[in-house]
Amino acid sequence: MIAWTFLTALIGSALLFLLPARRAGLARRVALAAALAGCLPVAVAVWSFDFGAGAGAAGFQLEVQREWIPALGITFHLGVDGISLVLIVLTALVAVAGILFSWNVERAPRHFFALYLLIIAGAYGVFLSLDLFLFLVFYEIVIVPKYFLIAGWGSTNRSYAAMKLTLYSIVGSALVIIGILAARVASGLDTFGLLELAAASFAPGLQLWAFPVLFLGFAILAGIWPFHTWVPGGHVAAPTAASMLLAGVVMKLGAYGALRIAMPLFPEGLEAWRLIFASMAAVGIAWGAGAALAQRDLKFVIAYSSISHMGFVLLGILSLTSLGVAGGVLQMVSHGVIASLLFAVAGRMLHDRVHTRELAVLAGLGLRRALPFAAFVFVLASAASMGLPGFSGFIAEVLVLVGTWGAFPLLLLPAGIGVLLTVAFTLKALQQAFFSRAAGGRESADAGAQYEPISLPEIIGAVLLLAAALGIGLYPQPWIAPILEAMNSDLMRVLLP
Amino acid sequence: MNYLELISHVLPEIAVLVTALVLIGMGCAGGSRGGGKAVLAVTAAGLGLALAAVVFGPESGRLLEGMIVVDALTRLFKAVLLALTLGTALFLFPGGEAGGNEGRGAENSALLLLALLGLLVVVGTENLLLLFVGLELASLALYLMVVFAAPAGRPAEAALRYFFFGSVAAAFLLFGFSFIYGATGSIDLRVIAKVLAAHPVEPILPLGVGLALVGFGFKVAAVPFHLWAPDVYQSAPAPAAGFIASASKVAGFFIVAKVLVLGFGVVEGSADWGAFAMGWAPLVAVLAALSMVVGNLAALAQQSVRRLLAYSGIGHSGFILTALVAANAEAVRAVLFYSVIYGVASLAAFGVAGCVLRARGADRLEDFAGLGRTAPAAAGVLALALLSLAGLPPLVGFFGKFQLFAAALSGGTPGTVPGLLWLVALALLMSAVSLYYYLRVLKQVFFAPAPADAAPTRDTSAGTAVCLVCGSVLVLLGLFPSLVLQPLQRALVQLF
Amino acid sequence: MDPLLPLIIALPLLASVVLALAPAGLARRIALGFAFAGLALALAAVLRYDTAVGGLQFVFRYDWIPALGAEWYFGADGLGVLLVLLAGLLGPFALWMTPPELPLPRLFFALMSLLQAAALGVFLSLNFVVWFLFWELALIPAFFLIKLWGGDRAGPAAYQFFLYTMTGSIAMLLAFLALFRATGSFDFIDLAEAARAGELMPSLAVGAPVAAGLVFAGVFLGLAVKVPVVPFHTWLPDTYAEAPAGVSMILTGLLSKMGLYGMLRILLPLFPELMQAWMAPLLVLALASILLSALAALAQTDLKRILAYSSINHLGYCLLGLFAVGAAAGPAAGLAAGREAALAGVCFQMFSHGVTAATLFAFVAVIEARSGGLRGLHDFGGLRAAAPMLCGLMGVALFASIGLPGLSGFVGEFLIFKGAFGLVGGWVALALPGLLLTAGFLLRVLLRVFSGPLPERWQAFPDLTRREGLMLFPIVGLMVVLGCFPGLLLRLFHSGFALLP
Repeated sequence: MIAWTFLTALIGSALLFLLPARRAGLARRVALAAALAGCLPVAVAVWSFDFGAGAGAAGFQLEVQREWIPALGITFHLGVDGISLVLIVLTALVAVAGILFSWNVERAPRHFFALYLLIIAGAYGVFLSLDLFLFLVFYEIVIVPKYFLIAGWGSTNRSYAAMKLTLYSIVGSALVIIGILAARVASGLDTFGLLELAAASFAPGLQLWAFPVLFLGFAILAGIWPFHTWVPGGHVAAPTAASMLLAGVVMKLGAYGALRIAMPLFPEGLEAWRLIFASMAAVGIAWGAGAALAQRDLKFVIAYSSISHMGFVLLGILSLTSLGVAGGVLQMVSHGVIASLLFAVAGRMLHDRVHTRELAVLAGLGLRRALPFAAFVFVLASAASMGLPGFSGFIAEVLVLVGTWGAFPLLLLPAGIGVLLTVAFTLKALQQAFFSRAAGGRESADAGAQYEPISLPEIIGAVLLLAAALGIGLYPQPWIAPILEAMNSDLMRVLLP
Repeated sequence: MNYLELISHVLPEIAVLVTALVLIGMGCAGGSRGGGKAVLAVTAAGLGLALAAVVFGPESGRLLEGMIVVDALTRLFKAVLLALTLGTALFLFPGGEAGGNEGRGAENSALLLLALLGLLVVVGTENLLLLFVGLELASLALYLMVVFAAPAGRPAEAALRYFFFGSVAAAFLLFGFSFIYGATGSIDLRVIAKVLAAHPVEPILPLGVGLALVGFGFKVAAVPFHLWAPDVYQSAPAPAAGFIASASKVAGFFIVAKVLVLGFGVVEGSADWGAFAMGWAPLVAVLAALSMVVGNLAALAQQSVRRLLAYSGIGHSGFILTALVAANAEAVRAVLFYSVIYGVASLAAFGVAGCVLRARGADRLEDFAGLGRTAPAAAGVLALALLSLAGLPPLVGFFGKFQLFAAALSGGTPGTVPGLLWLVALALLMSAVSLYYYLRVLKQVFFAPAPADAAPTRDTSAGTAVCLVCGSVLVLLGLFPSLVLQPLQRALVQLF
Repeated sequence: MDPLLPLIIALPLLASVVLALAPAGLARRIALGFAFAGLALALAAVLRYDTAVGGLQFVFRYDWIPALGAEWYFGADGLGVLLVLLAGLLGPFALWMTPPELPLPRLFFALMSLLQAAALGVFLSLNFVVWFLFWELALIPAFFLIKLWGGDRAGPAAYQFFLYTMTGSIAMLLAFLALFRATGSFDFIDLAEAARAGELMPSLAVGAPVAAGLVFAGVFLGLAVKVPVVPFHTWLPDTYAEAPAGVSMILTGLLSKMGLYGMLRILLPLFPELMQAWMAPLLVLALASILLSALAALAQTDLKRILAYSSINHLGYCLLGLFAVGAAAGPAAGLAAGREAALAGVCFQMFSHGVTAATLFAFVAVIEARSGGLRGLHDFGGLRAAAPMLCGLMGVALFASIGLPGLSGFVGEFLIFKGAFGLVGGWVALALPGLLLTAGFLLRVLLRVFSGPLPERWQAFPDLTRREGLMLFPIVGLMVVLGCFPGLLLRLFHSGFALLP
C-alpha cells in the first residue's frame, strides 16, 4: 500500500512526459492530482500506523516485501517507522505546496512537473526503503531531475550551479555506494536488507573507515560544512518549486540516510568519528548563519540559512540521545516546512512579480504596502526560522540543544552563535525586503496595483505550510512521540547508549 | 557427428553468410542505387532468419572438439549480437545510404554482416584458433567499411590507423596463443584449463597470457591500447562505428571473460590491495584503472560527440574489466550483463549521433543544440542512453554498474576490508566524473536554442522504432534486471 | 483546574485575532473593549486571591510536550496577581492614549493585544518552556510596533532592541537546557524545590565546576537585558525614544517588569548560593543602574530619553532590593524581617513604577501631540500658565516618580531601603545619592517645562481634553491612593511569596 506514495508520483510523471504538447495547459492539474493522490497513501499510513507498537519490535510497520533481483539478494522491501512516517508526511506537504507555488510555470510545464514528480517519488522511496539497493535507486533517481530543473528553469548562473550541485550529489552517492558495498561484502551475507546487515557485526577496523565514507556521502547531501558549497548556488539558481524541494526534502534525504543507514550499520565507527562530525555540524550552524548575514540576494540568505539549520539536524542525530535525535528528525520536518515557505515567498511571491531579489533594490520598493500578504507570510516564516517559541523550529532546536548539552557541551558555543546570527540575518533580510524606510516617500495606497495580486494557489500553499509550522510548534507531541518510539526499535536502539 | 548436425548448429552463421552474399550480389547488380529499401529489407530479413535459427536451433552441443559450441550462453549472446546488428542497420541505413558513401549501401550491409559473422564465430567457439579467425574476419570487414567511408582523394588515415593497430593486435594475439599452445599443448580452452589445473605452470605461459591480454586490450580498447578508438569512432561511417561500439564490444568482453576465467582461472593471481600476486588479475586491474582514468578524463575535453563517446567507451572498458579482476561466477555474470546493456546504450547513443551527423554534417556539441525540440524521440533516447551509461537509476546502467562493483568486491573474505576496494572506489569516482560530460551533451540537447540557419535533425520512422526499443530496454531492464539476469545466471551455471 | 488564568491570557490573544479580521474603523473600540474586559478579569483575580492562604492559586496544568517536560502550567501568587493587575491597568491605558489618526489601526491594535498576552503569559507561567514561549512572543509585536509606528530612527532602534533581547534569550535558553539536562525538569516549582533541598547546584556542577556559574550567568544575562541592568541597557534609550507613545508605555510598564519578575521567580529561588556568592558584583550592577542612569538622565534634553533613563534608574532600586535579598540568603532569623520588607518593596515599586512611568510617557505623548512633535527640554517653558490641568497632573506623576511621601513611589523605595539596609547596609548607603540625583533630573523637567516664561508660540497650548482627562485623572488618583493606602496592595504579600523561602 505504501508503495503507492511513489507509484502515484511515478505514474504522474510518466503521464506528464506522454501528455501531448497541445494539452500542456493540463500539466499543472495532472501534477497536482498526482501529488494529492500521493497524499492518500500517506494519510492511510498515518491512519493505520500503530503508534503504541512498543519497544523491542523490529519497529517497522506496514511492510511490503517482494522478490526483486534474487541473484544479488535484492528485495523490494518497504516499511514505515515513526521517523519515516513524519518524513513522508513532510514530503506530501511540500510536494503539494510546491506545485501550488509553481502554478505560473509557463515554460514546458509538462516536463517541469514530470521532473518535479520524479524528485517526489525519489524522496518517498528513500524514506520508505528497507533494502539498501532499493534505497540507492531512489536516492539517485533524484539527482538528474534536480539537474534538469535547475539548468532548464533556473535563474542566476544556473548552468554552473546545476552542474556543481549534481556533481556533489553524485560524488556523495559514490561514497554511499562504497560504504554499502563494503557493508554487504564484509557481512558475508547474501542480502542488501538493511535490517539483516545492521544485525551483522563488523570488525572495528572496517567500521573505522567505512563509517566516515558512508556518513560523509550522506552528509554532503545534507549540506555539512565544509562540503556545503553546492547548497547556496544550487538553491538560488533553482526555480521556486525546485528550491522548495531541494531545501525542504532533498537535503533531508542525506540526513535521513545518515541516521537510518550509516549510524546503525557502523556503531563503532560512529563512536570514533562522532565528535569530528558533530564539530563540523556545529561549525556549519554558525558558518551558514554568518555567511547569510553577508548576502545581498534574498535567496542566498535563505540558502545559507538552510546550511545552518541542517547543521542542527546533524548535530542532533550525532548527539546520540533520544531527545537529540528526536530533535534532529523534528528539525528535518520543521526546516522542510519553513525553508520551503521562505523560498516560496522569495521566489514566487517576490521574484516573479518584482523580478529582483537584491535586498538593496527590494528595500526601495515599499513592498510591505504593495504585497501585504507576502510580508505577512514572510514575517511569520522568519519568526519560525529564527526559532521563536510557538513555531516548529523552536521545539526542534531546543531538543537538539538538550541533546547536545549531554553529548558535547562545548559545541553549544558555535550553535548559540549560530542561533544569534540567524536572528540577525533574518531580521536584516526582513527589514530590507519589506520594511525599509527608504520607500517611505513613495509608499502609496495603490502601490500594489502594479504587481499581479497574490493568487489563490499561493495563498493556499502558504497557509498549508504556515499551519504546519505553527501546528508542530504548538502541539509537537504527535510528531515527537512516534520519533521517540522509533528510537526503541532493534535497528535504532544501538545508537542510544 | 554428421553434416546435418553440424549445419543445424551453425545455422545462424550460415544465414548471415548467405544474406551477405546475396547483398554482394545485389551490389554488383546495382540494386542499391534504385532500391536502398530493398537492401535494408534483405538485411533485416537475413538477421531475422538468423535470430530465428538461434532461438529455435539446438539447445546445446560441442562439435569438433570445442570448435563449435552451442549452449545457453552462446545462444544468448548470438541473439544479442544479432539484435544489436539489426538495430544498427535499422538506425543507420535509412534508405540504404550512409553519409559519405552513397551508392555503397549493399556492400556496406554485406560487410556489416560479414563482421557479424566473425563475431558469431568468436562467440560460438572454445578453440583459440577459430577464435582468432573469427576476430580477424570481423576486423577485416570493419577495416573495409572504414576505408569506404574515407572521402575520395584523401588518404583514409583513420582506416589506416585502425588497420595498423588491428594488425598489431592480431599479431600479439597470435603470438600469445602460440605460446599458450606451447605451454599447454592445446588450443582448446577446456583442455588448457585441465592441463593448467593438473601441472605446474610452464615459465612460458605467463608470456603467452600477457601477449594475449595485449591483443584483447586492443580489441576492447583498454588503455594503453586504445589509441585507435577515438579516430575510428569519429571517422568510421555511422553503421560501422555503431557496430564497433556495440556488437563488437559485447563480443570482445564475452571472449575476454570466457578465455580468462574459463581457460586461465588457475593463474589468476591477485590484485588485492597489499596482497598482489602475479597472474593476469593484476594486469587486468592495471588496464582497468588506466582505462577508467584516461577514458573519463579525456572525454571531458572532447568537442566531438562521437569522440566523446569513444573515450567514454574506453572508460567503460575500465569499469567492466574492474569486475573481471574478481574472476568468479558472479564477476562473469556482471561483466556479461553489463556488456550487453552497454551495447544497447551505446547503439542508441551512436545511432542518435549518426542521425545528427547525417543532418548537420558534423557532430560537435553545438550540432546537438535544440535536438530536444526537433527530434524528441532521438533526444529522449539519447538522454536515456547517456544517463544509463552514467549509471543513474532507474535505468539499467545503475544496476549494471552496481553489480559490476559488487562483483568486484565479492572476492574478499567476509569481515575484512575487500581487497579490490581501491579499484572500485576509483571506478565510482570516475563514474561521477563521467556524469559531467554526459550532462554537457544533454545540456546542449535540451537547453541550448537550435541554431536558425542549419537544417534540423528529424526523427525517422525506423530510427524512432529503434529508439523506442532501446529506450524501453534501458528502462525495463532497469526496473526488472532479473529479466536478463535470470537466463544469464542459468546459462552460466552450465558453464562453470 | 481553574480556568481563570488561561482565560486572562487567552483574552488578548483572542482580541488580536478578532482585530485582524474586524473592519478597520472599529479596531480601536474593539481593542478597548477587550482591554477593559481584561481589566475586569484582572480585578477578579485580585479579589479572588485568598491572601490568608497565600502561595500559588488558580493553578492550571495541562500536558504539552512530555518529552521536554513541557506543560501548560499556570499559577499566580501575590506577585503574579499584582502584575496581572498592572497589565490589566496598562492595557486600556495605553490604548486610550494612542492618537486617533493612526496608520494601519487593525494591525497596531492586534499587535498591542499580542504584546499584552505575552506579558501576561510570562507573569503567570510556571513551566520554563511555556514561560519562554511568551517571553519570546513579546519580541515580535514589540519589534513591529516600534518599527512601523515609531519615529524616524525606529528601524535601527527596533533592530537593536530585538538583537539585544534575543542574545539574552539565547543565553538563557542554553542555561535552562543545562538545567534540564541536570534535573530533567523545566518546572519552576520542581527546580526551586531541588534548589531548596540543595540538589540543584551539585547536579549542575557535574563534570565542570564552572558549569553552575555559566548557567547562572546565562539566565542572568537573559533577564538583565530585558530589565535592563547597566551595562546591558544601551538598547533602551533609543528604543523608548523611537517607539510610539502607547508602545513606550507598555515597554516600560510591562516589558521591563518581565525581567524583574524573572529575577524574582527564577534567580532568587533557583540560585540562592550563587546570588550570595556573587553578591558584590551584582550589587555593583544595581548601583551602577541607579547612579549612572541618573547621571545620564541629567545630561539628556529629550523628554522621552530622560524618562527612558529614569526608568532604568527606578528599576535599579528594585534590583538593589532584589540583590540585597539574594545576598542575605540563609537561615538567620534576624534577616527575615528585612527580606520580607525588601521583597514587598520591590514588588510595590514594580507596580508603582509601571503605573507612573507609563503615565509620564503618556503625558509626554500628550505634549508631543500638541507641540507638533517637539519634546526637547528647551523647547518649552511656563506651560503651567497655558495648560494648568496637564501640568498639575503631570506634576503629581513626576513627584510620585521622585518618591514623595504620600504618593505611590515613596512606599516602594522606602520599603526597599528599609529592608535592604538591614541586609547589606553599606551598599545601600552608596545608593542614597541616587535618590538625590533622581529627584534632580525629574525636578529639572518640572522646572524647565512647567515654569519660567511662557514662549510666544505656546500661548495657545491646549489643556487636557476631556477624553485624556477621563483616563489620566483616575490613574494619577491611583498614585495618591496607593501612596496613602499602600496596604491595598501590600496585603497580597502578607503570606509571603511562592517559591521564595
